[in-house]
Amino acid sequence: MKVDPLQIEEACKELYIRALKMLPPDIKQGFQRLDKGETNATGKAILGTMIRNITVAEDTSNLLCQDTGIPIYNVTIGNNVVMDGYALKQAIIKGCERATKEYPLRSSVVHPTTRKNEHTSCGRQVPVINIDFVPEADTLAIEMIPKGSGSENNSWLKMAIPAEGIAAIKTFVIDCVLEAGGKSCPPVIVGVGVGGTADLCVHLSKVAATRPLGSVCEDPEGAKLEAELSKVVNQLGVGAQGLGGDSTAFAVHVETAATHITMNPVAVNMQCHSARRSRATFTPAGLSYGY
Amino acid sequence: MAHYELQMPVTEEQVRKLRINDTVTLHNTLYGIRDATQIHMFDHGRKTRFDMKGHAVIHTAPNVKWVGETQQHPSGYAPICVGTTTSSRMERFTRPLMEQYGVRIVIGKGGLFAASAKAFSELGGVYLAIIGGTAALETTWIEQIEEVDLDDLNPESLWKFRIKGFGPLLVAMDAHGGSLYTVVNAAAKDKRAGVLAALGVKN
Repeated sequence: MKVDPLQIEEACKELYIRALKMLPPDIKQGFQRLDKGETNATGKAILGTMIRNITVAEDTSNLLCQDTGIPIYNVTIGNNVVMDGYALKQAIIKGCERATKEYPLRSSVVHPTTRKNEHTSCGRQVPVINIDFVPEADTLAIEMIPKGSGSENNSWLKMAIPAEGIAAIKTFVIDCVLEAGGKSCPPVIVGVGVGGTADLCVHLSKVAATRPLGSVCEDPEGAKLEAELSKVVNQLGVGAQGLGGDSTAFAVHVETAATHITMNPVAVNMQCHSARRSRATFTPAGLSYGY
Repeated sequence: MAHYELQMPVTEEQVRKLRINDTVTLHNTLYGIRDATQIHMFDHGRKTRFDMKGHAVIHTAPNVKWVGETQQHPSGYAPICVGTTTSSRMERFTRPLMEQYGVRIVIGKGGLFAASAKAFSELGGVYLAIIGGTAALETTWIEQIEEVDLDDLNPESLWKFRIKGFGPLLVAMDAHGGSLYTVVNAAAKDKRAGVLAALGVKN
């Protein structure tokens, strides 16, 4: 299967705008679930306003949140897809720039030391592009995530040691949730990376934080850990917006990777309640959009 | 818990009446301010022509569209999506905003810390919590962008919004040392040991 880079550019523009406007159905269901279980009056009122905001954004065709985030494009390429990889990357960058200029969106991206904003949502190494290859012959899928800074600023890595065991991982996650408080715009998805190298561990925490609600870690050990953590995290009482109640997190997600015999790394990355993502899938039947 | 409708600007007396858990809806004018705006104002010595005495500032950097100056859009900017950012990064600017510009109300999400609480008590100010991530709704409370200053910092310019029924917002930190964040954080820390025990972690 061949895909035209111009089509990819157009899709990458569309994906950014769609992600900012439409919350995925699993997150909406997550809100309903939390709202049902919320016993704190302030928490209940806050969740009600958040749910109302989703409707207002849809009714007025507006962005859910002002933070257009750092744009991330996750590309999965089927083994029968034939294309120029460099052209693919250029098309993604162009699509991201066009969304920013043509909509127009607030460019939230600046040079790290000069703080200069090019007003394109792009810069050195940004958008972040992750590429993976899958055995789905005639499919090219692009997932777009505008990662908000309120949650991204609440990211941590701990290079724990083997003697500290799984207790270090669990303790670190709970302490990160406490440290984040209301800053990460709870209810959040707590993304936890376990194992790998330092950079892989942090990457896994992002993959975990941006996974759909209801999805389960493929590694049964990771699945066990995320179920355990999800069960207790809301007992902390941080609550929606850090103002108390039962809605600190939609869930805790864990992703794992093999690690070194001397290492026990754990990373935490938060995803805010505006847990936005969009997806474009190219197949021989054409292009379709989803989450 | 009382509800107040405040026509901006307000007096010190009006602000000192507010207590945590009260709710407030603002009218007339609101200023938008952010990291870069305050770094330039308080670290780089830049000044604004705006008179913010008795006014409220919101931690924001909005999505706007340049449409040219018209009666409806006197600043030349139309608001697209106006929301709120995490306040904690701007903790050290609360006092200079109050001392140098007479600001009485700070609006944001996630809360501020001890230095801001002290400034609110000593100088007469409050922090109003808005719900982060609900910008589509918040935008419906903005009538227009009246003026803009320090616009080379766009989107972190200093924005003057005309507002109508901006709220209800929750008084989360008051002028009497009260802070909902302190209460909630302390309670959450008290629960840490129990949660870790439930996870089989020995402390």
